[in-house]
Amino acid sequence: MTAHNVVETNSDDRPLAIEARGLVKDFDGTRAVDGVDISVPEGAIYGILGPNGAGKTTTLRMLLGIIDPDDGVRRVFGHDRPHDIGRLIGYLPEERGLYPAMKSVEAIAFMGALRGLPLAEGRKRGLELLERHDLGYAADRQIRQLSKGMAQTVQLLGTLVHRPRLVVLDEPFSGLDAINQGKLEGMIRSLADDGVTVIFSTHVIHHAERLCEGVAIIAGGKVPYAGSVEAARDRIPAQVRLETRMREGAWANALPNDARREGDFFYFSLPETGIEPLLKTLIEGEAGILSLSIERAGLHDAFVAIAGEAAARQLEADQAGGAS
Amino acid sequence: MSNHDQAAIDARPRLSRLEAAWVIARRDFIAVLFSRAFLFFLIGPLFPVLVGGLAGSIGGQNSRAAVSSEIGLAMSADDNAAMIAAAASLKPQLRGGVPDLVQVPEAEGNSGFDARDYLEQRKGNYVAIVGGTLSAPEITATEGQIARWKGPVELLAGTALGSSPSTFPSSSTALVTSSAASERSLRLRTAGAAQMILFLLTMLLGGMVLSNLAEEKGNKIIEILAAALPMDAVFMGKLFAMLGVSFVGIAVWGAFGWGFWAVAEDAIVTVTQTNYRELPGPAVGWPMFMTLAILYFSMAYLLLGSLFLTIGGMASTVREVQTMSMPVTMMQLMVFFLAAYTVTMPGSVLETVAIIFPLSSPFAMLARAALEETLWTHALALLWQGFAVIVLVKGGSMLFRKRVMKSGGGGHAKKRRSWFGKRGNANSAQQSSVEPAE
Repeated sequence: MTAHNVVETNSDDRPLAIEARGLVKDFDGTRAVDGVDISVPEGAIYGILGPNGAGKTTTLRMLLGIIDPDDGVRRVFGHDRPHDIGRLIGYLPEERGLYPAMKSVEAIAFMGALRGLPLAEGRKRGLELLERHDLGYAADRQIRQLSKGMAQTVQLLGTLVHRPRLVVLDEPFSGLDAINQGKLEGMIRSLADDGVTVIFSTHVIHHAERLCEGVAIIAGGKVPYAGSVEAARDRIPAQVRLETRMREGAWANALPNDARREGDFFYFSLPETGIEPLLKTLIEGEAGILSLSIERAGLHDAFVAIAGEAAARQLEADQAGGAS
Repeated sequence: MSNHDQAAIDARPRLSRLEAAWVIARRDFIAVLFSRAFLFFLIGPLFPVLVGGLAGSIGGQNSRAAVSSEIGLAMSADDNAAMIAAAASLKPQLRGGVPDLVQVPEAEGNSGFDARDYLEQRKGNYVAIVGGTLSAPEITATEGQIARWKGPVELLAGTALGSSPSTFPSSSTALVTSSAASERSLRLRTAGAAQMILFLLTMLLGGMVLSNLAEEKGNKIIEILAAALPMDAVFMGKLFAMLGVSFVGIAVWGAFGWGFWAVAEDAIVTVTQTNYRELPGPAVGWPMFMTLAILYFSMAYLLLGSLFLTIGGMASTVREVQTMSMPVTMMQLMVFFLAAYTVTMPGSVLETVAIIFPLSSPFAMLARAALEETLWTHALALLWQGFAVIVLVKGGSMLFRKRVMKSGGGGHAKKRRSWFGKRGNANSAQQSSVEPAE
């Protein structure tokens, strides 16, 4: 195997679909991406999270070979020139683009042809895909005659028509209503079930939390975290909510230092020693436990902790903007 | 599709550059050819031709009316008659050299007629008035008209007096189809006309590449193309698609022109006073000249088109594309002037420059094909122009990848040395609004 065709494996022995090390990209004196490392095993659903302007699209474009990094290494299925294996990749850009005068089925076939699928086969598959997604009636309609959601679906089908092994989706959920977002989540899961690697960028964390095996959090062009969703959530201790009948007592001294009282409840991080020793103290101190719940941190909390409050606020603003 | 077929597709992980260019060219060619816009594009040039024809006809009529060559006669009645008779007798030999003579009505029987006063009062429509007698004619006119008509008037007066022969010997003639001087002169006209047609076609059709790219930017589809295929293959595909469309346009216009010629050949010959069938062919012969014309048009088009695509690569918006195309259009005009200027100076340094500079090379070489028989220089020039096309396409696609595929509005300024030797500050993503990165 040459230096240009090196397939690395993940810690779980799956080969890597994508591997990026120290990717850097500058645009006219501005560092858009600053040393991004990402490893995506084959067959995984992987999310790139970050607020608008964080460097998600630039990173994806570098991974796909649309632009070249100024520094660092990227490999897709072991190839450092992604165009060399264009047939294996499907890409849905953030800014949707289709020829308005093209018929839906022709648009799908054309996108397949760009990836090496013969036009006739592309038309045949396009019809099948449209019918499978309840759009068979729109096969001969021009793109300009479709609704925005339908056009987005057509483009997504065009991204998949050549049956790629890696699908890269840039903000795929933006602009879709709740029903279509659900459908898209189903499609992504179905692709992963078929062994396809799916990478998508999003600023809506819930999608990533529901779908992804691994995520990379990008903020300010850097990746402060890349790994599994579980590990990200584990970075923050679980939060304990305690309600007691007694408001004071010696038992209160056993609560962790970060404990704070809000109304009838105490809130604090789950101690490293676990809840059992604390429970024992509370019972022996006759605190009168009325309720106790342990809540594991969500990906959003992890994002706030990892990327910082400013990035989190930006993310929330983006989400609000996207929702409107 | 069977698994075997799918495996066959999977076995080829990418399209070759040629295949990639073909995918783009096929789509663009069909899309443009079957668009309503192309129909309007095809009939577009007919309007200027129509307007030009009308304007020319009206202008010609006006200029014929304006440019009078009538000379008024203010001599005695007998002298006037003798002058008119002399003009009639000399007309067969001297044609345009003999002015049209008419009597000035106001001078008839008016011994006090003042020709100077008459002309200065803007009366009549005479270029000059001849008074006096046959032996001493007096010409009253502006300086230029006097210089022009003095000799003919004296010749007419002399003829009227009988001091020049009343009959002229008839010479025999030996007709040659051409001479070196006339052949070169006509070939120069062929070269100039060919350059002009080449220029008009490239300018007219080159704009299509630009509008095509602008459309793709507007449709946001360019990123899908850039992700799937090497950008130089995309550019090449677009160029050849538009070249194909151009050939269709030329074929349509050519057929229209041929039809017009077939119907109105006599009228065209009469109006232009040129028998085109008897014109000497270009130095390399018509078949080779036409072949070279097609090749040089292709090269001129590809060169201009690749420049337009490069502009597209540098521009971020459709408006920028349109604005930035203006300098290229002006440059193309300059290039045409350079090539046209050097037609009459073969072998000069300037002509060599025009041949070597890729953008003017097709024009200069087409003129050469009209004037010189050597063929190997054309092979060399075509290779050179082809190389220039490849370089421009590569450069354009690189610029496109570098400058257009930027996004978002984040990022942070790099530390870098300013012109004044101080280091720039490294702003945070929130502070920076200069450059993009999402």
